[in-house]
Amino acid sequence: MTKKILFLLFILIPINANALIEVDITRGNLNPLPLAVSPLSIDEESRKGFEKILKKENIGSEISNIVENNLRTSGLFNPLDKKAFLQAPDIANLKPRFEDWNLIKAQALITGKVNYVDDKLRVEFRLWDVLAAKEMMALAFTTVPNNWRRVGHIISDKVYERLTGEKGYFDTRIIYVSEEGPKTQRIKKLAIMDQDGANNKFLTLGNELVLTPRFNPASQMVTYLSYFKNMPRVYLLDIETGTQEVVGDFPGMTFAPRFSPDGKKIIMSFAKDGKSDIYTMDLENRIVEKITNHPSIDTSPSYSPDGKYITFNSDRSGYQQIYVMRNDGSDVKRISFGNGLYGTPVWSPRGDLIAFTKLHKGKFYIGVMRTDGSGERLLTENYYQEAPSWSPNGRVLIFYRETKTNSKGEGFSAKLWSIDLTGYNERQIKTPTDASDPSWSSLLSN
Amino acid sequence: MRLNKILKNTLLVLTACLVLSACATKKEVATDIQGQMQGDVYTGTDTVEYLADGVPDRVFFATNESILTTASRETLRAQAAWLRKNPNINVVLEGHADERGTREYNLALGERRANAAKDYLMTYGISSDRITVLSYGKERPVDSGSNPLAWSKNRRSVTVKAN
Repeated sequence: MTKKILFLLFILIPINANALIEVDITRGNLNPLPLAVSPLSIDEESRKGFEKILKKENIGSEISNIVENNLRTSGLFNPLDKKAFLQAPDIANLKPRFEDWNLIKAQALITGKVNYVDDKLRVEFRLWDVLAAKEMMALAFTTVPNNWRRVGHIISDKVYERLTGEKGYFDTRIIYVSEEGPKTQRIKKLAIMDQDGANNKFLTLGNELVLTPRFNPASQMVTYLSYFKNMPRVYLLDIETGTQEVVGDFPGMTFAPRFSPDGKKIIMSFAKDGKSDIYTMDLENRIVEKITNHPSIDTSPSYSPDGKYITFNSDRSGYQQIYVMRNDGSDVKRISFGNGLYGTPVWSPRGDLIAFTKLHKGKFYIGVMRTDGSGERLLTENYYQEAPSWSPNGRVLIFYRETKTNSKGEGFSAKLWSIDLTGYNERQIKTPTDASDPSWSSLLSN
Repeated sequence: MRLNKILKNTLLVLTACLVLSACATKKEVATDIQGQMQGDVYTGTDTVEYLADGVPDRVFFATNESILTTASRETLRAQAAWLRKNPNINVVLEGHADERGTREYNLALGERRANAAKDYLMTYGISSDRITVLSYGKERPVDSGSNPLAWSKNRRSVTVKAN
């Protein structure tokens, strides 16, 4: 569906290693860095060119708005009100008058320029350290005009990375389950959108129940559970071509699928005779391996980023708890020992933490613990919430939450939310319908 | 023990009467739930349909459990007798969980509950060829409420005619 588009990227000037600004993302950021996102300047001819193709009056401002919105929602930055800006965008991009930006308390400044060149969109942008009066970074992209939103996301990622020292997560997508209708006959469809909620598309029609879509970390493939022909099975879907196939040939329900970190295997549960065990299937040679063999329920498997370990959910102790084992099923260790039940373990892409859902005294929590079970930290408590999924940089979790009533005070409602690893910056991600089971893609451009 | 429980309940109702002016309605609700649940297993007939006269189509479970209660075993024995009388009928056992659990675990739990019912039917002479198990986890509640009574109705295995 989405074409692969080549981004040409130039580094205009070598990055200045002595810049002063640094944002610490390891702590809850109660004082987000004040920064100014000057609208990308655009000459009249280019403006008219893009207006004709993209039906946007000023594509320069539109791209800056995306950058501004991304940086604001990260919770780490405080984009200042444009009305206070003293310098015009085109002049600021040539040489900012740092005193002016200092006056409005901006510590960093983003400027840039958009051009219409040979039917292509050319964008250059610069990041400035206002206090040090220095340029920190300058980059340029050339791409097809339709890619303008992605340009905004890529600029956001570059700025985030330059100021925090870690990769961003803005040029990404979320796959999730769209929900409509009464609880007893809920209609569910696969849906995909950009990380900021734009470009929402439905991938299935809602004829059969679909659950738990998960991205392949290495490609734009998705694995999910479908009740096609009333047989709950794990499927593999190529979101670029729309082709799909059932995974493996199991005589019963397969569920809880996820990819291995290299994208070459699917790990999932197979339920038979009241027992659920964990299996893998190699997508190249189709070889199926049984990983756990226990009369209990073993489900929700998730690989460590190096592929050597698997965390999973099991009730072998009597109740739902979180376990870790080697990738061949050996050396099984229980790691959750707090009060209550634990489910949906997901290994962080950084490798250091496992996110989970916890049920205790009628409340649901999203939390994280170290991979040996120590350092348990609960990030958010609510009536019902589950299924955390990590941002590709391992700094943000997206999950879904159900409330007993919707905004009109009736029925119930399911929505997607995100929260920082620090437990701060909880935000709802707007979706056109109710939503559940979110999964975050890797960065689309690297 | 039993007397103790009754005393405690009476005390609770009395306290409710003292605190709340709408005593009559409160008392009604309390006894209503009492009559429909034992422990937290549903014992009412609200949602129950019948495969034949005297053959209820479903059995109910306690939270997080897949153990068959005495009443469930009685229901399943009636189902087995009916299936023996109707050897051409095959069934799907649809296993369900309530909404107070994580989605994937509940899929497995629904499968386990339906299998508990299947095993019992098999011990009463029904061939496994005639039984298909299908788990819906928490995806198809019969009662959309968010309260203990609704949840108890939703923790179920329903026997559905397949042909």
